[in-house]
Amino acid sequence: MTDLQTTTPVTPARKTRLPRASQIRKRDQIGWLFTLPFLVVFIAFLVAPLLYAGYLSLYTKGLATGTTFAGIDNYTRAFGDPSFRKGLWFVLKFSLVVIPLQMLVALLAALLLDEITGRLAGFSRLMIFLPYAVPAVIGALMWGFLYSPSFGPLEQIASLFNVQAPFLLSQGNVFYGLLNVVTWQWSGYYMIIIYAALKGIDHTLFEAARIDGASSPQIALRIKVPLVWPALGVILIFSLIGTLQFFAEPQILRNIANGSITPDFTPNIYAYETAFNYAQFNYASAISFTLGFVVFLAVGLFMFATRKRGGLFS
Amino acid sequence: MNRVGVKLGLLALVCYFLLPVWWLVVASTKNGQGLFSGSSALWFDGFHLFENLKNLFSFNNGEYLRWLGNSVLYAGVGGLGCTVISVLAGYGFALYRFTGRSVFFAAVLGSVMVPLTALVIPTFVMFSNAGLTDTIWAVILPSLLSPFAVYLMRVYAANSIPDELIDAARIDGAGELRIFWQVGFPLMRPGVITVLLLSVVSTWNNYFLPLIMLSSSKLYSLPVGIGLWSQLATANNNSGQSLWTLIIVGSLVSVVPLVIAFLTLQRYWQGGLTMGSLK
Repeated sequence: MTDLQTTTPVTPARKTRLPRASQIRKRDQIGWLFTLPFLVVFIAFLVAPLLYAGYLSLYTKGLATGTTFAGIDNYTRAFGDPSFRKGLWFVLKFSLVVIPLQMLVALLAALLLDEITGRLAGFSRLMIFLPYAVPAVIGALMWGFLYSPSFGPLEQIASLFNVQAPFLLSQGNVFYGLLNVVTWQWSGYYMIIIYAALKGIDHTLFEAARIDGASSPQIALRIKVPLVWPALGVILIFSLIGTLQFFAEPQILRNIANGSITPDFTPNIYAYETAFNYAQFNYASAISFTLGFVVFLAVGLFMFATRKRGGLFS
Repeated sequence: MNRVGVKLGLLALVCYFLLPVWWLVVASTKNGQGLFSGSSALWFDGFHLFENLKNLFSFNNGEYLRWLGNSVLYAGVGGLGCTVISVLAGYGFALYRFTGRSVFFAAVLGSVMVPLTALVIPTFVMFSNAGLTDTIWAVILPSLLSPFAVYLMRVYAANSIPDELIDAARIDGAGELRIFWQVGFPLMRPGVITVLLLSVVSTWNNYFLPLIMLSSSKLYSLPVGIGLWSQLATANNNSGQSLWTLIIVGSLVSVVPLVIAFLTLQRYWQGGLTMGSLK
């Protein structure tokens, strides 16, 4: 290096060793080394189970007949199965309500937090986020207690007014009972995502709007909300993937819900029951595979519909 | 006036989000009698926290402590392993244009959309053929996979590591591994801590995977164990009462480690959590 520079001092810029294209290409292959551990895990625990689920779902296992090729029988069975359809319909309906609700709560919290600074803001942000650190099982149990008609606070408060509080896990109310649990659990996490997007906005925009006479609510609705739109898109995707796989909360609340949460309440509960109470692993695999496909399709459709707006994968 | 409204609104939200936690703390200090008869559900009635903790840790030969240890093991090894794998992969994707990179990364993005619970039952059948079910590996190994963490780390690495710095290190003669360790990694640290927190939380809180993979209760993680207790408590109404007090104080204990982690590491994750959504 020093030799080169002393012998040809006239054009030093050209002589500093710039790697040739072939060298760069060779060096770039090191990327495989960095990604190799992930590739192994990816193949072992994603690609393989996916292919295996597909394979399993094409066969049926009978006590007398042994394993026989069934083609798409398991799938036609799944789509014709009232239990599977019921569960699928429930999670779709549930997503349709819980996702906008979570987004609204998260957005409201983030917009409020963005208005003030100081200790209250920091404290509130942490407290609203706190449920994210609580396991779903524990969250469901706590709310189950709070809903309890015999010793929950809802009933105690209602009895002060001589009325009966609704039991939020009864047949007719369990939808709302679960809606509250899930909203409580996840809104704080989504709030943080929106809040950071708000912090990323150029503040001169707000000052300009204020000079033009815009009020705080106007600024929030007309400037802030449109600018955090991509963050809302990301939240929608996460929330959709999570809700369609709904399992832990209803599974835990089944014990105390007096039968209003059935073994076919959500597709995942149904798959679990089919596999472990009825030992029908092939059919359970078909259910899992179908559920996975529905999620993939739903998210894919959403991303295709919003591809021009920007978001997670742009 | 407006400011007061904002503050009141925030306080109302905080009350809602804190309500179950407040209830949990209060209920943990009550004995079975205080819990089930009469007194207000949201206010103290006697102080039996230490007694409850003692019962919790000694019940059924210290079953709970075992589950706690298992949870620490699963979340620690699974979360740490997942972080190492994802950080390396994210860095590799961000810095090297290797052959097949775009196809591989497209597969990663596609798999973000695959619900991981859909893989649990087929993975169970695979593991059961290999004799791996009902071992710690059945919980730890699948936890190593997080396509989303890889995506986050790629975005984070691409935004936080300037090309010039890497080029400068190369001209100085540093090897690629050394560049990763001494240049790339320190710059990615807030992102790494966020991914570590996210993967530890998701392993710690996971219910479906350990529930399906484990059958002997000595291998249970906390959520599965507490789920089992709640089933037992509902099944037998009489002795169930004392079990409910254990479930409640056990729930409180299981929440504490993560809350402490989030509080102490907040300056990292509050910035890091959003790295995927800002761009």
